[in-house]
Amino acid sequence: MTAKTFQMDGHDVPFEEGQSILAAALAAGSYVPYLCYHAEFKPHGSCKVCTVKVNGRTQASCTTPAREGDVVESNVDELNELRKNLVQFLFTEGNHFCPSCEASGGCALQAVGYELGMTTAHYSPLFPDRPVDASHPDVLLDFNRCILCELCVRASSLVDGKNVFSLSGRGITKHLIVNAESGKLADTTLSVEDKAMSVCPVGVILRKRRGFKAPIGERRYDAHSISEVAVAHPEDEAK
Amino acid sequence: MHSPLDTAEHPEKLRRVVIEPVSRVEGHGKVTILLDDQRKVHQVRLHIVEFRGFERFIQGRPYWEVPVMVQRLCGICPVSHHLAASKALDAVVGARTLTPAAERIRRLMHYGQILQSHALHFYHLASPDLLFGFDADPRKRNVVGVLAAYPDIARQGVLLRKYGQECIRVTAGKRVHGTGSIPGGVNKRVTAEERDELRRPLSDIRAWAQAGVALVTELHEHNRDLYEQFGTVKSSLLSIVGRDGKLDLYDGVLRARDAQGAIIFDGVEPKDYHVQLRENVRSWSYMKFPFIVSRGPEEGWYKVGPLARIQNCDAIGTPLAEAARQELIADSHGAIVHAPLVFHWARMIELLHAVEVIEGLLADPALLGDELVASGPRARTGVGIIEAPRGTLIHQYEVDEHDLVTMCNLIVSTTHNNQAMNEAIRQVARQHLDGHEPTEGLLNHIEVAIRAFDPCLSCATHALGKMPLAVEIVDAQGALVERLVRDGERL
Repeated sequence: MTAKTFQMDGHDVPFEEGQSILAAALAAGSYVPYLCYHAEFKPHGSCKVCTVKVNGRTQASCTTPAREGDVVESNVDELNELRKNLVQFLFTEGNHFCPSCEASGGCALQAVGYELGMTTAHYSPLFPDRPVDASHPDVLLDFNRCILCELCVRASSLVDGKNVFSLSGRGITKHLIVNAESGKLADTTLSVEDKAMSVCPVGVILRKRRGFKAPIGERRYDAHSISEVAVAHPEDEAK
Repeated sequence: MHSPLDTAEHPEKLRRVVIEPVSRVEGHGKVTILLDDQRKVHQVRLHIVEFRGFERFIQGRPYWEVPVMVQRLCGICPVSHHLAASKALDAVVGARTLTPAAERIRRLMHYGQILQSHALHFYHLASPDLLFGFDADPRKRNVVGVLAAYPDIARQGVLLRKYGQECIRVTAGKRVHGTGSIPGGVNKRVTAEERDELRRPLSDIRAWAQAGVALVTELHEHNRDLYEQFGTVKSSLLSIVGRDGKLDLYDGVLRARDAQGAIIFDGVEPKDYHVQLRENVRSWSYMKFPFIVSRGPEEGWYKVGPLARIQNCDAIGTPLAEAARQELIADSHGAIVHAPLVFHWARMIELLHAVEVIEGLLADPALLGDELVASGPRARTGVGIIEAPRGTLIHQYEVDEHDLVTMCNLIVSTTHNNQAMNEAIRQVARQHLDGHEPTEGLLNHIEVAIRAFDPCLSCATHALGKMPLAVEIVDAQGALVERLVRDGERL
């Protein structure tokens, strides 16, 4: 039986019934930039970085099921420019200081920025005031870097069964919170073995006292770009 | 401490000459000179016009981030901040003794830093003045001019710097702003291949370093009066020395001598630095003014850096550099040298010493060890002191039970030299400017004196909330309504 395919940037991409355009593209070795997608969780299409054009119409590729014969545009200047703008918004909405961030070199936001040729944040930074939560003995929460991908929310709820994290507020005031009366991580049951500890694509959820243990050259995106890493291990990426 | 040229009595009646920016130094500064109608100098001040504030914004950050964050103070000697912060935080993580490999890797990083920074300073920034003359055509008086007129000297300077940067890359992961040093040790081992790669050019590097010492000695011989008198002001000296009294730029105890060479204090552990040193603030600068407590704020200022170090130590532990040091001492017949231009001679002796130390480290099998991190009982405070290329660098941190920094105090080399630089340019103003119409060449004399100290102006400005400040509210007719004064202690 011949596999069903859709066309992306002029190439045939095979897919299985029910597979999203993004998942099928990654499995076929075609990179589509993304931030909030994770192979183990139901996609919710919030970051919009994986936006593609399906038969001329813009769609989040992580939530759009692949269909036989669809014509998809992804790696084109127009979309890459829009994706870069989205990443620049994320940089300016939070406090992302890569030079001193322990996630640098292993951060998906930074790596996607590089991938899209982002050289400056372009927009004026908002410099929000987001104090860190260091109350937990083994985990530091640095809210400055949150991009609202909700991967920790999903992992804590669906895998760990703990509901430690949540998003609160609307629009520009939306932010990550800790589900405890005190609002402090120390008053939750989060443990370092939890799935929620390993899904943050940036540098928000951090094991304490581990920062900078990986030397330059051995970090996730040092030797290979995120586009290479994502298609080499699509199921592993974003873990 | 307030010399006659610190503050003019009636500045409003004087003509103001400004050198802005001070060129061929790291960071942004300016010099203001106030002259009367007869061109007599009444006030000379070195101002550091940028504000960094690292001491404040490091508060509330996790301690393991600090060595990487604070090195962004500087693009020339980030390794010094990287290591001083790591040393302070070694105490916090209880690493009283580093593993043999970590200690050697950090030393290799540090002496690579000394080598590259001294090479940059002497060849790229200072040598145009020394080779062409202070008032030579400014179009020629730069590193491109050196490259055209003295291609061998310029080439050696560039390659010496490059070699130092390679030592940094191998140990820190990057030539500038690496991450190699972490609280308790290092994160990257040195492989046998990397060591062999660094060993290969060593004989050239050593020969060029020796040529550098010979060059600066010859320049001194050639114009002895200028080198000995230009901007010379006597002061105390401060540095760390090894526990054996020898020159050690990575670790040791604090020692200070007076202007004649008598010991003021010695064997002071880094954690006790605050007993011997304090800082003052002035209304016109973001840079603080440190002083030796026993001498008081008026008399207690001092010099740090190469010239202080090689006269403060008992000896240099490597033969070529020690022989060069003995020549410098013999030249002054044992008297303490205070001349700013002799900083360059001392700097090149240290550059040669750095090459010899690197050679020793690369021959040491312990460099290749793979035990990289030590730990022990946690502490709440830590002080790290290192001799940065420009002088003594002090980092002090307090860390709370949640691992966040609650206090940070940085006393950087340029801050130690603040008063010394101000006094040196005042002396130059007296010697060369008094009674003359200021020309570009004459004003460059002021810059030459500043450059001799190799100041890192961008590292030095953190006096947030501590500057004395006066706010005057006047009505529409100009009458004073209210005056608020903060003097650094109270508002």
